[in-house]
Amino acid sequence: MHGLINRAIQCFYRDTYGALAWGEVVRQLDLDFSDFEPMLHYDSALTHRMVDEMAAALGKEREAVLEDVGTYLISNPEVEAPRRLLRFGGVTFLDFLHSLDDLPDRARLAVEDLELPLLELRDHGANQFSLLCSGDLMGFGHVLVGVLRAMADDYGALVFLEHTGVFHGAEVIEITLIEAAFAEGRSFELGVARAEGQ
Amino acid sequence: MGPNCDMLDMFCPMHLTLDRAGHIAHVGPTLAKLRPDQVLVGQRFLEVFELRRPRSVEAMADLMAHAGTKLNLRFRDGQQTGLVGVLVAPPDFGGGAVINLSFGISVVDAVGDYALTGADFAATDLTIEMLYLVEAKSAAMEASRKLNLRLQGAKIAAEEQAFTDTLTGLKNRRAMDHVLSRAASGGGRFALVHLDLDFFKAVNDTKGHAAGDHVLQEVARILVEETRTEDTVARVGGDEFVLLMSGRMNRKRLARISERLVERLEKPIVFGEDTCQISASIGIVLSEDYAEPDIAQMQDDADFALYASKHRGRACHTFYDLSLRNAAFAGAAPPSSRGDNTTN
Repeated sequence: MHGLINRAIQCFYRDTYGALAWGEVVRQLDLDFSDFEPMLHYDSALTHRMVDEMAAALGKEREAVLEDVGTYLISNPEVEAPRRLLRFGGVTFLDFLHSLDDLPDRARLAVEDLELPLLELRDHGANQFSLLCSGDLMGFGHVLVGVLRAMADDYGALVFLEHTGVFHGAEVIEITLIEAAFAEGRSFELGVARAEGQ
Repeated sequence: MGPNCDMLDMFCPMHLTLDRAGHIAHVGPTLAKLRPDQVLVGQRFLEVFELRRPRSVEAMADLMAHAGTKLNLRFRDGQQTGLVGVLVAPPDFGGGAVINLSFGISVVDAVGDYALTGADFAATDLTIEMLYLVEAKSAAMEASRKLNLRLQGAKIAAEEQAFTDTLTGLKNRRAMDHVLSRAASGGGRFALVHLDLDFFKAVNDTKGHAAGDHVLQEVARILVEETRTEDTVARVGGDEFVLLMSGRMNRKRLARISERLVERLEKPIVFGEDTCQISASIGIVLSEDYAEPDIAQMQDDADFALYASKHRGRACHTFYDLSLRNAAFAGAAPPSSRGDNTTN
């Protein structure tokens, strides 16, 4: 697993529940380090154990934890980079939705060895979409639900999102775009100071 | 203006058109955004923009002569953002021209200076992708930079915490301090042997540091060979070594070991064409001579005994005894003149 992903999950937990809580996860996982390095790779099993550990500590479903990770990545002011990089995907939420097909390629452009699941947006008309997410990162769909929800807010769009499970090896997210310009949204200027690393 | 301008606004939102006299007739929406407080239409193009390359373009006719070539220009007043452009004079344009502009390499600053958004660029323009890349790469680079800093810090910390003397592979002083304090608190008996090479400085001075390093490595090999695996051998200074011999050691055995060590160390060491000749002086203390083994005291005493060996003419060993100090007081050479900190 790419360290960026582990690091993101770590930062989510630490920033949301505090350094002590994160220290407890480190102890439970018996890690011989306390911080994931975003530019290194780790055993994928460790990532899953980490999420399980967090879910147990919080008394939540792991799906809920993953969705919270997605929301955190976009809406936490400490982490500007993912929101900004995703906003480059399009001027409107609809453009953004259509840019998701390119997301794995965009991610690879930024970080060569970062492999994200394949994403495919299907447009059913009448503002109904399905996002298919397939790859080794089972559960990534839940992170995406959090990301999409936060990005909709960011664009000021009103959407209905539902993770409907796994079909033929792909996680499916049903998206209903109720109103593209529901609220003001956050402004996105291309030239704001470079995003800080996490 | 006509439908052509609508099309151009869409395709080239930073274009402008000039009439045959060189006045600005129409400005694309993004270009207009760069000078929100000015009405550009109606102004002379060459009064608004300064042509930096090609130079000496002063009239519309000069400008038209450069149709199809790359123009470098900038605004004359306000934020002097650099621009690149190209001029086309379509035959049906009544002697006027279309100039399409772009930011060129100044785009990263320009989008910030003018608060531009994705909607300000044509859908086919790769500027947004480029800005994405700049930002993504900066974030990735920053993460790499931080990782490098952390790794560098970890390397320094690891070196500081190292227990090995890199030249000889023996333990270093830090390691010996740990072993000694464990031995002292462990309650078992042990002997502490301080060994200082004789004539080593001469080897270093006359045959060079490479020869000196080789000699130290050979010495280390001999010390390891002449001790048991449960003993600890450390290089604690340039040519100073400490041996911790654990278990019940009597003076007779220690004397035999010391003699063998001196004998072996005195054998000439070959280094390339050179032959290096050294010897060693040794001072020994036994833990059983102390009611309560005090490491600092034992090291000090071993050092004192070592100095006595030096004083006796080197290439020998001395067991520490209180009488050594008495003798020193009685007028023998004062041993405290050793300028190092072996006792620490």
